[in-house]
Amino acid sequence: MTNILSLQNLTKIYPNGKIANQDISIDIEENTIHAIVGENGAGKSTLVNMIFGVHKPTSGSIFLNGKEVYFSSPNDAIATGIGMVHQHLMLAPDLTVAENMLLGMEPKRKGLFLDHKQMVSISRTISEKYRLQVDPTKKIKDIPIGVRQRVEILKSLLRNAQILILDEPTAVLTPQEVEILFSTLKELKREGKTILFISHKLNEVKEISDRITIMKDTQVVVTRDAAQLTEKEIARLMVGRDVSIERFAGLHPPGKPLLLVENLRYIDADGLSAIDGVDFELREGEILGIAGVEGNGQSQLSRILTGLLHATEGRIVLNSQELGKRTPRQIRESGVCHIPEDRMENGIAPEVGLHENLIADRYYQQPFSHGIFLSTKEVEKHAHELVKQFNISTQSIYSAIGSLSGGNIQKAVVARELTADFSVIIASQPTRGVDIGSEVMIHDLLRKMRDAGKAILLISADLDEVLKLSDRIIVFYEGTIAAHFSNVDDLTDKDLGPFMLGVERQEGAHGKISR
Amino acid sequence: MEKFLVKHFTLIRTLVAILIGVFITIFLIILISADGLYSLQQFFLGPFASRGRFSNIFENAAPLIICGVAIAFAFQAAQFNVGAEGSFFISAAVGTAFAVSTSMPPVLHIISILAVSALTGALWSGISGILKAKWNASELVSSLMLNYVAYFLGLYLINHHFRDKKAGYLTSAKLPSSAILPRLFSGTRFHIGIIIAVVVAILAYIVIFKTKFGYELRMSGQNVKFAKYAGINIFKIVLLSQVISGLIAGMGGVMEVMGIHHRFNWQSLPGYGWDGVIVAIIGRNHPLLIIAASFFLSYLKIGGQVLNLMSDIPSEMISVIQSIIILLITAEAFLGNWKAALNRKISTGGTL
Repeated sequence: MTNILSLQNLTKIYPNGKIANQDISIDIEENTIHAIVGENGAGKSTLVNMIFGVHKPTSGSIFLNGKEVYFSSPNDAIATGIGMVHQHLMLAPDLTVAENMLLGMEPKRKGLFLDHKQMVSISRTISEKYRLQVDPTKKIKDIPIGVRQRVEILKSLLRNAQILILDEPTAVLTPQEVEILFSTLKELKREGKTILFISHKLNEVKEISDRITIMKDTQVVVTRDAAQLTEKEIARLMVGRDVSIERFAGLHPPGKPLLLVENLRYIDADGLSAIDGVDFELREGEILGIAGVEGNGQSQLSRILTGLLHATEGRIVLNSQELGKRTPRQIRESGVCHIPEDRMENGIAPEVGLHENLIADRYYQQPFSHGIFLSTKEVEKHAHELVKQFNISTQSIYSAIGSLSGGNIQKAVVARELTADFSVIIASQPTRGVDIGSEVMIHDLLRKMRDAGKAILLISADLDEVLKLSDRIIVFYEGTIAAHFSNVDDLTDKDLGPFMLGVERQEGAHGKISR
Repeated sequence: MEKFLVKHFTLIRTLVAILIGVFITIFLIILISADGLYSLQQFFLGPFASRGRFSNIFENAAPLIICGVAIAFAFQAAQFNVGAEGSFFISAAVGTAFAVSTSMPPVLHIISILAVSALTGALWSGISGILKAKWNASELVSSLMLNYVAYFLGLYLINHHFRDKKAGYLTSAKLPSSAILPRLFSGTRFHIGIIIAVVVAILAYIVIFKTKFGYELRMSGQNVKFAKYAGINIFKIVLLSQVISGLIAGMGGVMEVMGIHHRFNWQSLPGYGWDGVIVAIIGRNHPLLIIAASFFLSYLKIGGQVLNLMSDIPSEMISVIQSIIILLITAEAFLGNWKAALNRKISTGGTL
């Protein structure tokens, strides 16, 4: 077979000195599905961004059909037949499917006016040609995320993409949507396309790809035929050691409820109902998992429980006290800590030193302050302790926290929150973006906290994480509880999928334990 | 070496910007002046040529430090309150009015005038603060508008109620001797204002970097969402940062009256508030760096005045030089490629 794309000794160093790729050489054969796998931070995204012309390589070269190419922008890459579907879809939500697909190459009438009729018919033709169903007249914001992804794929095909790059396409999809995507990719392969597929989910990679490249710490570990690798082997090569994917049940039965949520409703400033009547309870010594496609009310829930938003209606009882309109500080002081879902946005002040970020919730308490003054010595001592205990890798405790890697930033946030004086943890996407090593550490910590009698609300888009850690699971769909599973033992992601998509629901589901 | 350069990158960039500004100045002076060498000498060495001029540098630096620190307080909390000019002016007018209509023993009089002016400035700047904290009105716009209000209100107060009718020009009555800031060296106008200014800057440094309140201020300024998440009361910070900003600027205004002119004789805005924005930017909102920046700007200004007196170069040139330096300093990406190359060297150990 011929190599359609050949990467030779690519190295990328970002302006801040971060090495993202070192000496990457990969040959990608024509008409195959080629997966690039690796942990977060292994350098997968940087690599595909160089192939797509978003970043320029610091050194090394890219050969397309045997000829060396230089891309100074994605437009150059598109012109040579490379298409990319980004992890965060790049579509204009208020425009229709057809308008998005033809953005920048719109057919015109009399050279001036948009020809909407022709836009729709072009879109329809290409959608039928590749058997990828979309309604060209619908607005992007009105269609589900799986279909939006299809629009992105069609958009690339319309620009004659021969190589299609998909950056973690399954991260935002439900298991059922993943199946549909995979049959689409197989169809495209039959049509003669080459697909470059980025992922860190092993089962998917094994299922779909012909060849697999494994990356670790900015370098390529190996490229092999998929048939020659088992899931376990891939995991070992990715992480560098064996990884357990076992479940551990709690050591003790759960105790009394610490958090009670009743008939919770939240209507946002635009009048949209984000949370629409939710009831559940969270007990001492249990992890309650909230599964669901992102954007179904989970982030509003965590913000309400931590005082950053106020509920429109309903009752929240924390440690047998009504939450009412208490401030975030009052809620923290009554024993709630919070790992926020977007750490860069809410969890840190990026340009401030690590040591000062680690005291954000306790700077005003003993021993960090005396009277009006901060105690620099104590702040530094505290930082040294947490860096050691949580194995945060940083040049010094004074380094701006934003200069740390994503995984280490998350570790710092977790370190701060889990060393607070709390009885309830609201953990939103606690391991998003961290490497497997840190993920294992954070999971172990959460488990230990549970066994020590803390109550943990685990909100995660990662179904594996929810299934692995939770003692009970509730599924969120459009601001309601679509299902409640009080026994997680034999549950799989396929069982949760239909509820996450709203295809099925348990009538009157709630997360309370009937007594 | 590379590590050292990256660590002190911002400082080096500032110094390079100043250096480039100086070179452009030299070039411009030689280009414009008939006797370039003489003019250069006047500009760079003139400020040190006499006791009076040397003292001028210190006199001028005092209000710059005060206004710079005032601005920095708001900027640290990401509140772009540029109302130091207005607070400075209105507080000077109110302070003068208070000074000429009361009589007290010397030290007490000075302290109470400073207190009245500081309070006036705090209230004045607090208007923008409350508008922002309560209704999210842009403090940039409101403080800018309030500068005009302060200007006309101050003039009204002095020209219609506290004017010295015998003076023959528009000015307030002379301050009683109990209200005059003592001078440090006879024959100059070098008064204790510079000491007060430096003390204020040091206090501001301690408040911003060593206290709980300063921590809250900086966290709110760096990431307001994070501050809220951590439980910091944003309303309090937004309001207080602007109130304190006005309080400091208010003291600066009346200090000029008490130390230099001994009357309120401004008929236009003196511009110290704007120079305060400049030194706050050069000093990156750090009170101690602002002291250095103020002396530097003051030196440039005196050099400009000397140049104006002694040579054929108009003092407007100084504004040109100042502007060039500030443009270079505020250009975040200036020397960015150099920094990237340094970083690359550090990460690869010099192999690339």
